[in-house]
Amino acid sequence: MSPHAEEEDATNAYQSLSETAGIDDPRWAFGSGFEDVEAEIEAPLPAGVDAADLAEYCLMLGDDALVCAQRIAEWVSNAPELEEEVALANTALDLLGQARVLLSRAGHVEGAGRDEDALAYLRSEAQYRNVALAERGDDLDFGVAIARLLVFTTWRLALMSRLLDSRDPVVAAVAAKAVKELTYHREHAARWAVRLGDGTDESHRRMQAGLEAVWPFVEELFRTTDVERRLVAVGVAVDPADTRAEVDAVLDQVLAAATLTRPDRAPMGLLGGRGGRQGVHTEALGHVLATMQSLARAHPGATW
Amino acid sequence: MVSAPARPAARAVVACVVDPEMPMLTLDDLGVVRSVETDGDAVTVTITPTYSGCPAVAEMSADLRAALTAAGYGPVQVRTVLAPAWSTDWISDDGRRKLAEAGLAPPGAAPRPAPGPVPLTLAGPATVVRCPRCGSPATEELSRFGPTACTALRRCTECREPFEHMKEI
Repeated sequence: MSPHAEEEDATNAYQSLSETAGIDDPRWAFGSGFEDVEAEIEAPLPAGVDAADLAEYCLMLGDDALVCAQRIAEWVSNAPELEEEVALANTALDLLGQARVLLSRAGHVEGAGRDEDALAYLRSEAQYRNVALAERGDDLDFGVAIARLLVFTTWRLALMSRLLDSRDPVVAAVAAKAVKELTYHREHAARWAVRLGDGTDESHRRMQAGLEAVWPFVEELFRTTDVERRLVAVGVAVDPADTRAEVDAVLDQVLAAATLTRPDRAPMGLLGGRGGRQGVHTEALGHVLATMQSLARAHPGATW
Repeated sequence: MVSAPARPAARAVVACVVDPEMPMLTLDDLGVVRSVETDGDAVTVTITPTYSGCPAVAEMSADLRAALTAAGYGPVQVRTVLAPAWSTDWISDDGRRKLAEAGLAPPGAAPRPAPGPVPLTLAGPATVVRCPRCGSPATEELSRFGPTACTALRRCTECREPFEHMKEI
């Protein structure tokens, strides 16, 4: 094939791509770009529920998933084996899917015209409502990554399984899907923890070190905010403190099978009584957002 | 009297659209089409995603719009609904047969969650997955997460062939 023919082929390939996409079906350079209507997003506010509280709660649950998904996705092209890369990517995608719906709901309930992309790409650290565990980096240490995934999915599954009957139809719908997905994610993390913990001396040491690294962030998972308290009273939210016994029992089950020791680490403190849920974050979140938002901020509204 | 335009019913058009990831299945076989409503030329199709993170939903919508537009309908709106959550139990018998014929082990019955905490199973699943090529029940899981969100990777210890298994959810 002559160089000229190759060039022509390449041009054709791009042409056919843009033809497939069609004029009324633009592909965004970032963000979802989905124009399809999510039927439930626009469901009316349940009676007696404060719109600002519900928007805030959807941001909490959505930001946890979004930020954790971004952290997990750092393993794509860096995982120890292809199967694990696919597993982590799928896990991140499921969390991202949950985040998209929750952020869309937050934007709709807020009523200020912000969609999921505006909320994901155009908020600064102090406007994020995720727990610190989600933003905790792992420096591509697989032991830390699995420890974070184990604790995060165990806690989130406990939350979501209690949100199946939430009076907000979007929160309930996300929970119904999330319970199925998180059951897989938790199993995956737990089996790795057992394989590594009950493996060689070196894998045991690394898995234990991973647990030690994420343990200071566990306590925050069970702290109840005022928003949650008010939403528990109207049947929308669950009190995260209620998940502690279940999370403890599951982690104990895994630690015993993995011959690992429950870390004895002081919890990370609050700053003036405020933590991740109030927008006070560790330095790590800035790095996550810098990576995640740079393209969207450099090229607002870009499509291809 | 004006004769009706010679075009197939919208429901019939939708029934022919295949899944972008598993083209041996139609979206109908997969059980993701919830409803097709027409109002004159306008069509509203309601679908449900398989997994929250299924990247194929956008392609499904685009394919549905393209098929209906080509058949003379428009405007076409595709809505997604999350509840009730999709289950592999919604895959048709025809769909299960087509999966097996394509070398993809169909899902067994989806687990029925009991109320209360979801139990953690550290051992592999006890369900028997037969090799779609040789029919042997002696197969092992290679990875819980296959090339698409809804499949796992397995290997037959009899004929040694690797294959995909659609996970029960």
